[in-house]
Amino acid sequence: MQPFSQHTGLVVPLDRVNVDTDQMVPKQFCKLLTREGYGRMLFYDWRYQDGEVPNPDFVLNWPRYQGASILLGRANLGCGSSREHAAWATHDYGFRVVIAPSFADIYYNNCFKNGILPVTLPGPQVDELFRRTEQNQGYRLTVDLPSQTITDEQGLRLTFTIDPFRKDALLKGLDEIGLSLQDGERISGYEKKHQPQAILYDPSGVDFTADVTQ
Amino acid sequence: MPPRTLYEKIWDAHLVVEAQPALIYIDRHLIHEGTSPQAFAGLKAAGRKVRRPDLTFAVMDHSVPTKNRHLPILDSNAAAQFEALARNCRETGVRLFDMHSRNQGIVHIIGPELGLTQPGQTIVCGDSHTSTHGAFGTLAFGIGTSEVEHVLATQCLQQFKSKTLLVRVEGKRRRGVTAKDVILAIIGKIGVAGGTGHVIEYGGEAIRALSMEGRMTVCNMSIEAGARAGMVAPDETTFTYLEGRPFVPRGKDFQIAVDYWKSLGSDPEAKYDRVVELNAAEVAPQVTWGTNPGMVTDVTGRVPVPASFADPVDRQAAERALEYMGLKPGTRIMDIPLDRVFIGSCTNSRIEDLRAAARVVAGKKVARTLKQALVVPGSMQVKAQAEKEGLDKVFLDAGFEWRDAGCSMCIAMNDDVLPAGERCASTSNRNFEGRQGKGGRTHLVSPLMAAAAALEGHFVDIRQWRVDGGE
Repeated sequence: MQPFSQHTGLVVPLDRVNVDTDQMVPKQFCKLLTREGYGRMLFYDWRYQDGEVPNPDFVLNWPRYQGASILLGRANLGCGSSREHAAWATHDYGFRVVIAPSFADIYYNNCFKNGILPVTLPGPQVDELFRRTEQNQGYRLTVDLPSQTITDEQGLRLTFTIDPFRKDALLKGLDEIGLSLQDGERISGYEKKHQPQAILYDPSGVDFTADVTQ
Repeated sequence: MPPRTLYEKIWDAHLVVEAQPALIYIDRHLIHEGTSPQAFAGLKAAGRKVRRPDLTFAVMDHSVPTKNRHLPILDSNAAAQFEALARNCRETGVRLFDMHSRNQGIVHIIGPELGLTQPGQTIVCGDSHTSTHGAFGTLAFGIGTSEVEHVLATQCLQQFKSKTLLVRVEGKRRRGVTAKDVILAIIGKIGVAGGTGHVIEYGGEAIRALSMEGRMTVCNMSIEAGARAGMVAPDETTFTYLEGRPFVPRGKDFQIAVDYWKSLGSDPEAKYDRVVELNAAEVAPQVTWGTNPGMVTDVTGRVPVPASFADPVDRQAAERALEYMGLKPGTRIMDIPLDRVFIGSCTNSRIEDLRAAARVVAGKKVARTLKQALVVPGSMQVKAQAEKEGLDKVFLDAGFEWRDAGCSMCIAMNDDVLPAGERCASTSNRNFEGRQGKGGRTHLVSPLMAAAAALEGHFVDIRQWRVDGGE
């Protein structure tokens, strides 16, 4: 995973509450076999008119927000479907930080797996960031993970909290699967004593012969 | 040991490494064509193996066609996903129920149906409606593809412990009020983020009175309240449902299992982080009017006036939702005309749902104004059972279409798409913008309501109809 330490970038304000992952990546793009290339699909139905013509009303298409790498959102960002495509698209579009008053659990989790820092801030602080972003063209923030601070060029300084394990994993770009595999013996030990009758039971009455046609 | 909740008991029983986050063991890993190909690819690229193919079960459901399955799949992306799943299962020894299997169906329908889902287990799947399995007293939740890869490689997951929320539903449901109405009313009350960070346990008289099908409907939509998992303590209803199912222990082993399952319920003194109460007797049939499941009201109600919302963010969201939905504030819910009706999805496509809907439509005809009325059974087993009971004929005679099992128009990844600007009464779980098709307008309802609305062409107060409830 790509590590994250500090990032300075242009902020784009997405002033909508309860943005769901169906909006972030519509279903027709969840039929691909790769993790890459989803940036073009991010917010597809909001972002484009027919024929993939950019919708001038959608904030991501405004000239002043081109090149944005920090997404500022509202409460319950990323709710709904568990599709990690939403996080892949967020990253592939170029976002490294997502800031909101609250996130849905699965999207929040998926961000960390993809080198994106999701920052939760109290509602009034998010309101203030919306004000500053909308009032100041080219508004940029610096997000520093080691010190858990967000600063702008006008002297604003906010702090945020983050779980220490997640912070460490993001700073080092840790391979979580590799970490868990180091506990292989403990997993085997657990498997030996875990109620086996509840885990595995040979099926009866299921004819599997007709199952696989390939 | 201090008193513990159902969630805490299952959590404790699955701790492999106690830490922050903990490493917990996963008893059942369900996979489908939509969110697994990248996980298998990642595994292969890292030279890793599937640790427990015997605990991993695969099914094709999200993009499968619901008719003419003998014909080639024309959607090349979907075909590639099916091929990838078949190949990945073949290479790793994972059991696959492909689209021609008599056991095929929506992943959250077939798990319980086959008895793969059992009380006290941990179950994960790369699908947010995995919460469905919690109806059995199971800790079950949706995960992202990176986590699918993690479970394939280790049969474990790194997890932070959740907070607990008890939703206690006392009282008796009125006739015509279903499990779907109860869960929609709960979401309306606590909001679409009301359960975020929590595992919900549903309890109380009205939950105990529900069949397993009804409990699955309730737990299914936990994620629509923001909770990754929802659970109901196992009881006699659970054990009766499970006995004799293919993967469930038999004979003496079943009794041993039941004794263990009986110990799982929350201790009487157990503490929850939050408690929410609801009286089932006060719940009316529910209809959503907006673009998330929390935007819901009684069938006898009206489309809200955005200015009535105190919070400016909510007001703006309601304005946007009404614009998308093409609704005028103050419109009576029962006056909203419909274009299509969809009965299906992992929320409401079990045999009991189809029986309830069939009782409503028996001997009647779908309204002439409707463009389509679709019944998509949740599994091929449900379909076979329904046909044995003659329900297919009831639906076909009334003017419904009768299809093969799959996710279908809940997510519209196959050809079952709601056209732009059209309005659908749907028994599914999400009324997000574009969910059933770009520009499509979704109203979430129970199977009873969907069936009645199909006959009338608009929503009706099913309580006046004198049909037997069902869940």
